[in-house]
Amino acid sequence: MKARCESVGPLVGFVLAVWLAPAASMAELNVDEAELENFVIQDCGSCHGLTMRGGLGPPLRPEDLEQLPAEAIAAIIREGVDGTAMPPWKALLSDDEMLWIGRQLKSGALVADD
Amino acid sequence: MKRLLLPLAVASTLLAGCQSMQAPAPDQLRGTGDLGLIIERATGSVLVVDHSEYEILDRVEGLGDLSHASVVYSRDARYGYVFGRDGGLTKVDLLTGTIDERVIQSGNSIGGAISQDGEYVAVSNYEPGGVNVFDSDTLETVAEIPATYVNEEGKQDQSKTVGLVDAPGNRFVFSLFEAGEIWTVDMLTTPPDVSRHDAGEEPYDALITPDGRYYIAGLFGEDGLSMMDLWNPGQGVQTILPDYGKGEQRLPVYKMPHLEGWAIADGNAFVPAVGRHEVLVADMADWSMVERIPVQGQPVFVMASPDNRQIWVSFAHPKNNVVQVIDSQTREIIRTLEPGKSVLHMEFTPRGEEVWVSSRDSDRITVYSTRTLEEVARLPARKPSGIFFTNRAHALGL
Repeated sequence: MKARCESVGPLVGFVLAVWLAPAASMAELNVDEAELENFVIQDCGSCHGLTMRGGLGPPLRPEDLEQLPAEAIAAIIREGVDGTAMPPWKALLSDDEMLWIGRQLKSGALVADD
Repeated sequence: MKRLLLPLAVASTLLAGCQSMQAPAPDQLRGTGDLGLIIERATGSVLVVDHSEYEILDRVEGLGDLSHASVVYSRDARYGYVFGRDGGLTKVDLLTGTIDERVIQSGNSIGGAISQDGEYVAVSNYEPGGVNVFDSDTLETVAEIPATYVNEEGKQDQSKTVGLVDAPGNRFVFSLFEAGEIWTVDMLTTPPDVSRHDAGEEPYDALITPDGRYYIAGLFGEDGLSMMDLWNPGQGVQTILPDYGKGEQRLPVYKMPHLEGWAIADGNAFVPAVGRHEVLVADMADWSMVERIPVQGQPVFVMASPDNRQIWVSFAHPKNNVVQVIDSQTREIIRTLEPGKSVLHMEFTPRGEEVWVSSRDSDRITVYSTRTLEEVARLPARKPSGIFFTNRAHALGL
């Protein structure tokens, strides 16, 4: 967990920049929601658990993410976490897709009723 | 098997007054040698399948979070022990298609093993980190082995455990992810005697060779693999294939490779490279690198057919809609197949004439002939992942 916190640090400035740009966070996201939902549950779920209770990766339920805005989660997805098994996903996911995932994880919409 | 119970019920009604248990009629008996379980990871269910008939016999539900679930079998090959992500350990009766026993034994787990004598089932846990051992009959706890170590801050911690296998001498062997150690557990002593050995950085999975001699852990934290010769445990752990990609840019690893079913053919071992589009070939005599076979994506499973003639390779996201087949002698790719979206696992029939492949996002199993490399059957399944046939009951390390 130590490595995780350290490597999130450098992202903070970047995260704030994104966060403070209202247009970026308010705009409609151009994503295929059904496909992304399947991706989050199945592929992210390989390490974080199908119900996001954690595995090789940490748990990602709303209560675990209270300290992180959706934009920060998107930044972690984008760049990965050095020194851990979390890879950078920017080559495979668009900014809109990563932000959408951040928001869904925050809201708990993908892990309801279990 | 449920449909077989109906005629039985009718028969016993007809025989009202007869209080003794009726044995099934001879034509209702069956063996389990051609049966298997398929994990349906998102619905917490498993399918009981017959690989002679390409038939789904039953769906057993209520097994919890089955992401990354795996199965080992009782030595009579009647019961499958299903290890779930959520710490659930479920003993499934393949003949009746029912749950025989089920316990939630931890918060988060990653697989397990059954002992050489079939008496013990061990589960590898992430949270709390360690290994729990159960009576294979009742699933009552026999031993709890916390994977304690001293972390970077000098404090006592518990490590996630991975790569748990059974070994000859009724031992279990597993690796500690954060601690970078390999432990062996002797189930012939009470309490079980534990030996600790230093290994490489962040072992993420491991295998034991089919003869039970070498335990080999893949490393995430560094290039290379940690190998322990179980015939000579005093020699400790040695690093093999070190620096196989030194100085080269590593790609992001979108899915950890699996080492189970690791291919050993013609004196060579075929290993998935971490973060590279390569299958590594090592000479087993001295563990030197023979060749690096370029493949179309990051390999996840690199599995040899039972005759060791073919190596079947599955891949990580996003190139996971194909499977490549390598000739073990020429080390060339002889076919690229498209079994469906998100291929997760492959299982050969016991003598290897066919292989079953699961495609999670196509909700199906595709069966190929290993001789023609053509599709021979398809079965529907809900988000299928692991496929496990009962012949694993009689193989070391599976």
